[in-house]
Amino acid sequence: MAGFLPTLAALLHNKQNGLHTVYVSPLKALTADIQRNLLKPIEFLGLDIRVEDRTGDTSQTTKRRQRVDPPHILLTTPESLALLLSYEEAPKIFATVRRVIIDEAHALSESKRGDQLMLALSRLQAISPQMSRIALSATVDQPEALAAEIAPSPAQTKVIFADPGPPPDIRMLTSENRVPWSGGGGRYAIPDILDEIRRHQTTLIFHNTRAQAEIFFHHLWMANEDDLPIGIHHGSLSKTARAKVEQAMVNGHMRAIVCTGTLDLGIDWGNVDLVIQVGAPKNIKRLVQRIGRANHRYNAPSKAIIVPANQFEVVECIAALDAVRDSALDGTAKAAGPLDVLCQHILVRACSSPFDANDLFEEVTTAGPYKGLDRKAFDDCLNFCATGGYALRAYDKWKRLRQDDHGNWSLRDPRTAAIIRMNIGTIQDTDTLKVKMRGGGKLLGEVEEAFAASLTPGDTFLIGGKIVRYDALKELTVQVSRSASKSPKVAVFNGTKFATSLQLSERILKILNDPERADLPEKSKEWLNLQTQFSKIPQAAELLVESFEHDGRQHNCLYGFAGRNAQQTLGLLLTHRMERTGLAPLGFVATDYATLIWGLDRVEDWSNLLSDTNLRSDLEGWLAGNTVMKRTFRSVATISGLIERNSPQQRKSGKQATFSSDILYDTLRKYDPEHLLLRMTRSEAIAGLVDFGRIEEMLDRTKGAIRHMHLERVSPLAAPLLLEAGKIPIHGEGRARLEEREAEKLLRAAGLG
Amino acid sequence: MKLKNSFVRQDSDDDNDLDEPMRSKIMTGYRFQLNDTLLEAQNSGALWVERSQLLCVSDLHLGKSDRLARNRGVLLPPYETMETLSRLADAITLFDPKIVVCLGDSFDDPLAENSLSETERDTLATLQAGREWIWIAGNHDPAPVSVAGQSKIAYSTSGLTFRHEATDNSFEISGHFHPKHKVPSGRLRPAFIHDTTRLIMPAFGLYTGGLPVKAPELQKWFPSGGIAVLCGGSRPLPVPF
Repeated sequence: MAGFLPTLAALLHNKQNGLHTVYVSPLKALTADIQRNLLKPIEFLGLDIRVEDRTGDTSQTTKRRQRVDPPHILLTTPESLALLLSYEEAPKIFATVRRVIIDEAHALSESKRGDQLMLALSRLQAISPQMSRIALSATVDQPEALAAEIAPSPAQTKVIFADPGPPPDIRMLTSENRVPWSGGGGRYAIPDILDEIRRHQTTLIFHNTRAQAEIFFHHLWMANEDDLPIGIHHGSLSKTARAKVEQAMVNGHMRAIVCTGTLDLGIDWGNVDLVIQVGAPKNIKRLVQRIGRANHRYNAPSKAIIVPANQFEVVECIAALDAVRDSALDGTAKAAGPLDVLCQHILVRACSSPFDANDLFEEVTTAGPYKGLDRKAFDDCLNFCATGGYALRAYDKWKRLRQDDHGNWSLRDPRTAAIIRMNIGTIQDTDTLKVKMRGGGKLLGEVEEAFAASLTPGDTFLIGGKIVRYDALKELTVQVSRSASKSPKVAVFNGTKFATSLQLSERILKILNDPERADLPEKSKEWLNLQTQFSKIPQAAELLVESFEHDGRQHNCLYGFAGRNAQQTLGLLLTHRMERTGLAPLGFVATDYATLIWGLDRVEDWSNLLSDTNLRSDLEGWLAGNTVMKRTFRSVATISGLIERNSPQQRKSGKQATFSSDILYDTLRKYDPEHLLLRMTRSEAIAGLVDFGRIEEMLDRTKGAIRHMHLERVSPLAAPLLLEAGKIPIHGEGRARLEEREAEKLLRAAGLG
Repeated sequence: MKLKNSFVRQDSDDDNDLDEPMRSKIMTGYRFQLNDTLLEAQNSGALWVERSQLLCVSDLHLGKSDRLARNRGVLLPPYETMETLSRLADAITLFDPKIVVCLGDSFDDPLAENSLSETERDTLATLQAGREWIWIAGNHDPAPVSVAGQSKIAYSTSGLTFRHEATDNSFEISGHFHPKHKVPSGRLRPAFIHDTTRLIMPAFGLYTGGLPVKAPELQKWFPSGGIAVLCGGSRPLPVPF
């Protein structure tokens, strides 16, 4: 709120027409919250100041009007700002802007949305040179670095620190009930959590995924014998359902809300006096952000309880708590601005008006993430936008951008602007389908298309805390009806998955290997003692590998503690090696601390499979063909405008599903291996999803020391991995054998074999 | 449902007169009968009709990237025509057919035909040399094409009719739907789907999506189920659906 005071003061003294301040936040919910809080003083003082938001939820009529007659203060998101800048009217709309406020700046800076925003701001600054930038953040680990990223290069910045207030009051829940070995729901703690809800005014209960939030809410509701007003809030629910819960909370009618990331950022409403985090928070910054929600009153300590969902998370929670007490926030070094976002920016720029390449290059290099961009890379991006940038056969005739006689670039066909606008944004959301009660009933929310495809009529699942029965898929809407069933088919739609940070992993290893384990509850000590009897405790200086048979398959569990992404890469690299050496792997799954690989054959020699020279030299060759690369390619190709997001309308009109982007990836690799998109994909995958740096860190730490344990059955530490979602199948010899067996079985069953 | 299937191979006496290497190559196909004519579904998505020495492919969609660039300003890698032709060349080399039937939607739209590069034209001409070549009209390319070969709405031989889109008549081989199917634990793959009266072919072109076998548009033609032959794995895999 404080960020708006100069705006209100300026508008009070100098009446101006047109847009004065642009407020950008990463979340739609945050703009609604700010608008509410801003309107109160404005209405109270009877000021003639218009405040409006513009997000994906804003109505078409309002959006159209805003282009002609913008408010004084516009509250928006990076995507909607980019969209506004793509219109021909952009220079007129933004010419009067004096201030731009970037809220939760650290959160934006962590993703491509931040890069997109910085490019948008470079455009905004060119339209309105007098504009000043204000960035706000409550949890930033390197304020100077963030300031340098956000300020127009090479301008001066000033970093102002607020009083940090008293230290947070934050503890781990100790329950009478037994914490399970595996699972992620925290269901065992429901009686304890209900007690806490009764003792507090308003409690927020955070979960790491939407599916977990749904399941937890369902059980909480069934145990809620006093009928306390409890609600649920997450991104898959319909806008009306979310707004209802938000309003009830503002009015103080809610005693507890079960939620996920949608409520995550700086929304400070009502009388929240307790935050409960179910499941270990994957990075510490998130935890601080979440406890910041409780008791925003100045000088009152924030109060939070962490509920570990399984035994392993008890250790994770203790590590996270130590970190908060030490005020050690996770540091992440930021890479240079990605080129796919630049490609999108060039296309957006072309939608608005013809541009000169030299001017645009100068403009984008004022954006923090792109100040080191060289001209060659820029020209490559421009060429890609214009012709596709193909080595063997260019689209000379059907260019997307063309140059006029003065050398200015513009769209060859103005109609393509509509397609470019529809694809603005850098968030890769999976395609979702709306869920509605049958017979024109109300909208309940959304589920992922893949989940919907897995349903057969009669199946039940949870949404908005209700169990519903799947009836049919009609016009891209999932039709459901009420169900009396008590146990739903699990709602498996994905939530966000974060990798545990390096710092947190180090702390966890230290706690595991502390001989006293003084910080741990009795039951956790027993659990770890069992692991010691049965197998070994993983150590920082050696890599523990456990081998056991389960369900007729040979399982191997590798405890690398390298974070989810790196453990996944390790799984891909190793299964690739195993495939080549005839060890017939069938699949693997990765968590933040381990990789579990299963196959048809026993693996004896891990030191050879894990030799670091082998792993390093395999990386390049292996990278090319794997699923992570294909997934990264899909994201890069969508953001840079090569492929379109599947819009609902498009899917409605086209009878056949669009072909997979994997085909484009394979085609480029065969015919045009040095194409810009493949170069982008490679460098992004290595740094991001592949996270090879963490594997190298692990190899350096263990120096080739491997402890291979042959076990009779699954160990306490490995048990959670058997239930872990996100198993990745290996499509190799092993699976081909299984596929053939399966096909023969089906034929025999049909009496044809 | 009863199907007359000969699951391949050594015991079938039809291929006794073939030399050994050729025979082993053909063995990679899945054999079945339609109106008493022996058909062989290839892993590549092509169909071999030995009795007529005929090779059939469906839905090539040549020039698709060109159409998308022209109409939507979407600049996909313009290599799919070359890749599709090179896969077709592999199939033709294997069988050296007397007749090649392209089952419609061979060109992604009427203008796409003119977008072929010199190399692509030459490749196509080489493939056509010395054999009969039939372009069946599809919804994407309804008018007769100008490249060499005969343009037809439908073509009949060996008791079978080849047309683009299925009709109520029996013993038809058609394309159009790009069917896909999978075993429960596997991946969705392009698939031939057939019963005792009809066969629907998978798309042979590279940039083509697909329709799952359980989609109503396809179910309608197989009210009591049939066999899906999955392509692109280690060998064609027959699965009942």
